[in-house]
Amino acid sequence: MTHTASSPDLEGFVRPGKGAGLVDVFNRRYLLSLLVRKEVQVRYRGSALGWLWSYVKPVTQFLVFFIALGVFLQLNNSIPNYPIYLFSGLVVINLFSEAFSNGTKSLVDNAPLIKKIYLPRELFPVSSTLVALVNFIPQVIVLGAVCLLVGWTPSAVQLVGVLLGIVILVVLATGLSMLFGSINVSFRDAQNFVELIVLVATWASPVLYRWTMVAEILPDWLMVLYQINPLTAAVELLHAGFWYPTTDGSAPLPPHLLTFGVIALVISLAMLAFGQFIFRKLERRFAQDL
Amino acid sequence: MPKTSDRPPDAVPRAAVIASNLSKRFLLRHTHSLKESVIAAFRRRPLSTTFDALNDVSFEICEGESVALLGFNGSGKSTLLKLISGVLQPDGGEVLTRGRVAGLIEVGAGFHPDLSGRENIYLNAAILGMTQKEIDARYDEIVEFSEIGQFIDTEVKHYSSGMFLRLAFSVAIHTEVDILLVDEILSVGDEPFQRKCLEKIRQLHVEGKTLVVVSHDLQMVADLCERAILINKGTVVFDGESHDAVARLRAQ
Repeated sequence: MTHTASSPDLEGFVRPGKGAGLVDVFNRRYLLSLLVRKEVQVRYRGSALGWLWSYVKPVTQFLVFFIALGVFLQLNNSIPNYPIYLFSGLVVINLFSEAFSNGTKSLVDNAPLIKKIYLPRELFPVSSTLVALVNFIPQVIVLGAVCLLVGWTPSAVQLVGVLLGIVILVVLATGLSMLFGSINVSFRDAQNFVELIVLVATWASPVLYRWTMVAEILPDWLMVLYQINPLTAAVELLHAGFWYPTTDGSAPLPPHLLTFGVIALVISLAMLAFGQFIFRKLERRFAQDL
Repeated sequence: MPKTSDRPPDAVPRAAVIASNLSKRFLLRHTHSLKESVIAAFRRRPLSTTFDALNDVSFEICEGESVALLGFNGSGKSTLLKLISGVLQPDGGEVLTRGRVAGLIEVGAGFHPDLSGRENIYLNAAILGMTQKEIDARYDEIVEFSEIGQFIDTEVKHYSSGMFLRLAFSVAIHTEVDILLVDEILSVGDEPFQRKCLEKIRQLHVEGKTLVVVSHDLQMVADLCERAILINKGTVVFDGESHDAVARLRAQ
């Protein structure tokens, strides 16, 4: 601050390009809403099926897993209402992987903008997460409709659990995309690494199989680690909200589910804070490295 | 951010932009993968070299002033403009700005070809920092200025390049700002439109906005701005009356 002596009246001055991070994203929510709307509008532009593609993909994925695991490996016989079990886990993984992988690429994809105009760069990973959430809603509606057909009577606590699960996913995916997205600016290895994480995520949480199968094999301390994974908590919370109320309760949910849910939320919030911290460290180099 | 140019003019002009001892260094990497880095390290070749784009640049620009940044290609003008807009961060020294800053820097950066002209106006005005209310109020003016008229609901990808630039420029020039950064305005559209743009920029200046202009059209810049800062290889070599600055640049 060498100039303070020559011009003492610095009231109202700001350092350009030094924002307040995620707080700025909230302050510019009108722009955020336009960015999300743009992404939603242009995603399937020029394709004949349009938004039907966002149904075709999860349905195909579901059929593949259902036939391979449910029919051939006969999980259909050991897990009641296996189709609902499978689908309520898959929607979680779809939301997470779409938000995470698009969020990681969002800064590179918006390079022309980042290089020319200053705006809070956190807008891009956050809008990727919101777009994934928009994509997630029709899947949940389909899931809810199927559950209703087989007699779904969830309790209020179970529905709150579903909300908690979604919040965990959104917070976790935003934090991770800020972390990997900002590294991806200089090292495109990050986006390949994220593809790997997403691949593992499908299998590292009880989406396709039941938690009891894991508990039988893993020692207790590893099982705790498995349950501390925020994705495991989110998947089980959605199982508890959608699948469990459609069964007769003979296949139990994992114990202390709400506790693990709260732990998962805390871990996700810590991840968000860490992602924001690294993002701000690396942000000053975005415009020159892209 | 509150606008500052709505306030009654003070008796003493206040600074709008303060640059003190600014320097910006770029790292030029010579290797692009781990394998190349290892080989270069074995052969004892430098992995990277640095390039000083700006070196110890200081100046103050007062509210309502119009200042040209002059210099040949690669002198650091655009880097300076990007430091003022916040796109780049300085490696030494600091920039301070007061009031809203918006740039007419390579207009059309935020345009999406699959959106209509109308949707692009809203998206880009919001990118440039306007609120929904401000855009609603300015919308008709923006469309009229761009001379797009009936094509406003057509997707921008079907526009001719002239129409595209006119619309992009029109959005940028109608942004609510206090400090307007202008990079190469005269690459926009045909001559009548260029004249109209220049007229609009002059009008903004009369209204008390601060202008920082970069252009290679020396005559235009000298007439538009009162003051010019001449930059050569990242350092300020002259700061004064704009016609004098142009004469010095031509003599270089």
